Amino acid sequence: MTIKKSILSALVAVGLALCGSQAEAEGEVTDFRFSFEGPFGAFDQAQLQRGLQVYTEVCAACHGLKYVPYRSLSEPGGPSLPEPQMRAYAAQFQVTDPATGETGPAQPTDHFGESNLDNAPDLSLMAKARAGFHGPYGTGLNQLFRGMGGPEYIASFLLGYTGEMEEQAGSVLFENTAFGGLVAMPPALTDGQVTYADGVEATTEQMALDVAAFLMWTAEPKMMARKHAGLTAVLFLILLAVLLYFTNKKLWSRVKGKGETAH
Amino acid sequence: MKSGTPHEEISGIPHDAYEPKTPAEKWLESRLPIIGLLHTTLTIPTPKNLNWMWIWGVVLVFALVMQIVTGIVLVMHYQPGVDTAFASVEHIMRNVNAGWAFRYVHSNGASLFFVAVYAHIFRNLYYGGYKYPREVTWIIGMLIYLLMMATAFMGYVLPWGQMSFWGATVITGLFGAIPLIGDSIQTWLLGGPAVDNPTLTRFFSLHYLLPFMILGLTILHVWAFHHTGNNNPTGVEVRRTSKEEAERDTVPFWPYFVIKDLYALVFVLVIFAIIVGFMPNYLGHPDNYIEADALVTPAHIVPEWYFLPFYAILRAITFDILFIDSKLGGVIAMFGSILVMGAAPWLDTSRVRSGRYRPRFKIFFWLFVLAFFVLMWCGAMPPEQPFVIISQIATLYWFAYFLVVLPVLGLTEKPLPMPATIEEDFRRRHPDIKPAE
Repeated sequence: MTIKKSILSALVAVGLALCGSQAEAEGEVTDFRFSFEGPFGAFDQAQLQRGLQVYTEVCAACHGLKYVPYRSLSEPGGPSLPEPQMRAYAAQFQVTDPATGETGPAQPTDHFGESNLDNAPDLSLMAKARAGFHGPYGTGLNQLFRGMGGPEYIASFLLGYTGEMEEQAGSVLFENTAFGGLVAMPPALTDGQVTYADGVEATTEQMALDVAAFLMWTAEPKMMARKHAGLTAVLFLILLAVLLYFTNKKLWSRVKGKGETAH
Repeated sequence: MKSGTPHEEISGIPHDAYEPKTPAEKWLESRLPIIGLLHTTLTIPTPKNLNWMWIWGVVLVFALVMQIVTGIVLVMHYQPGVDTAFASVEHIMRNVNAGWAFRYVHSNGASLFFVAVYAHIFRNLYYGGYKYPREVTWIIGMLIYLLMMATAFMGYVLPWGQMSFWGATVITGLFGAIPLIGDSIQTWLLGGPAVDNPTLTRFFSLHYLLPFMILGLTILHVWAFHHTGNNNPTGVEVRRTSKEEAERDTVPFWPYFVIKDLYALVFVLVIFAIIVGFMPNYLGHPDNYIEADALVTPAHIVPEWYFLPFYAILRAITFDILFIDSKLGGVIAMFGSILVMGAAPWLDTSRVRSGRYRPRFKIFFWLFVLAFFVLMWCGAMPPEQPFVIISQIATLYWFAYFLVVLPVLGLTEKPLPMPATIEEDFRRRHPDIKPAE
């Protein structure tokens, strides 16, 4: 029996190790801590607002967020901009109505723009598409407490430029340790590049972490609702399991000759 | 006991038949004996010694219903088409009320389904559930498993991410390995020369159809083992000589196993809820959050975890065998590995059903389980050494288990003494039971 159990647990360990090993990133990713990691972690509203500012002033020059509607900036569980502020934010941008061909300020129902450059990927889902940093243990199971690794990759990427450059086929490529090689995107952040409204000092690392957190939200805008529902479901199911455990025990006690005898 | 109506004969185990009491019941029962059928199905005498490995059937039925219900809701918002599929999934995740919940439950539900089906299959391989007289139940189960794999594969294509597209390209490419007609079959499956809009729309159509075929086969599966009666951990049949003896070997399914199975199901669902609630992308592949692009091949094309053992077998054949090239050899090995499992009832020569009384068999069985997990591990690894040689050894053992071990062991092994009845085994395990009067 014990042999069987130890074999079983060894097999389970092998099975779990798979998920970690199949998605190893080649570059070096730092395991930054984010407020939204773990079952009880939540987005930091101020950080998401700072991240929105970094995205708007820096990233948006090239990258788009085509799956994200402006109105979601005001929805619960995100940056939660007050509605007038969200409307004002949207109105900065011009959109063309595909039906009438008229150009005017964007409405809350419009989406962020698409990427301006062909080789600049859309960032809406990048935090999930670049997930795969599983921390030091290799099983991947610590995603439960340490997050899926996408924002860690984004922050590491933004901070991963070594300063080395190389010209290939007429274009300049930049060495990046998180990417694990040469990348076409130039270093984007320098200290003090944006001025945060909330007075936080805009160091390169601060901006990288803020925009990484913001992009986690754009990739998973319902994360807070999901964790709340998950917690409710887990607690409810545990309660139900406990009740069923006692029901089952009582029911079978007659058959197994335990407790009181048959009525 | 009266005979002649089907519900009284189910499983051949003597038990009280349903008697309609009210005039309304009698009226309906004489026209359509559906209450009797439900009554007999629910109160069927079930071996009282079933252990915790007998819970997976209920988990599987739950998973099937859950997948159908969440799937039908997803279809209301999903738009098949190479230009619309990916965006419509994001629409579900962002704009549909609780859309994220339906999608994450559905995508992780596939994993729940396969965890349960593997546990269910291994339980039957250990306790000899496939042997006489349950061969048809086993074969139907294998057909369900094949349909599950087809359904899961096509479902994974629907979000139209990078891994959807490239997984579909690799797997449909396997059919191209068939000599002479392979290319035509591949083109026919894809609806064109490559994975494109016609592939996506037909996969969508079939992904909706196959679960209902699984549902139909599941009804046959349950009917078949209700006809033969359940196997149990001793492999000893329930006594059918008298109602009194049968009642000492069994308890009615309701309430005993309904409550036990519900308890186990809720326990499994706690783990499921933790994954869906807190790490819903744990079992998925990050590349599938990038829209399909026929011009960019991902660095590693890896199938979902539940296909990895068979993917490893496919890739283990790296050599030509006579006129069969390695690609065709891999395809034959992959389908053959499931075929030999389906043939287990006719390959196993042992008259002892349960592995509990077969000391040598136990060793070979656990090695087989080990081979399964080793193949799963190799399937996730790049196709290079040492993983190739490890997959080859594990693949060899997979076939040897069915084609050599099961036939030979049954003839050479000396089994341990078995209990004469289920009651005897149950009393030994529960010494608190008072001796029979």
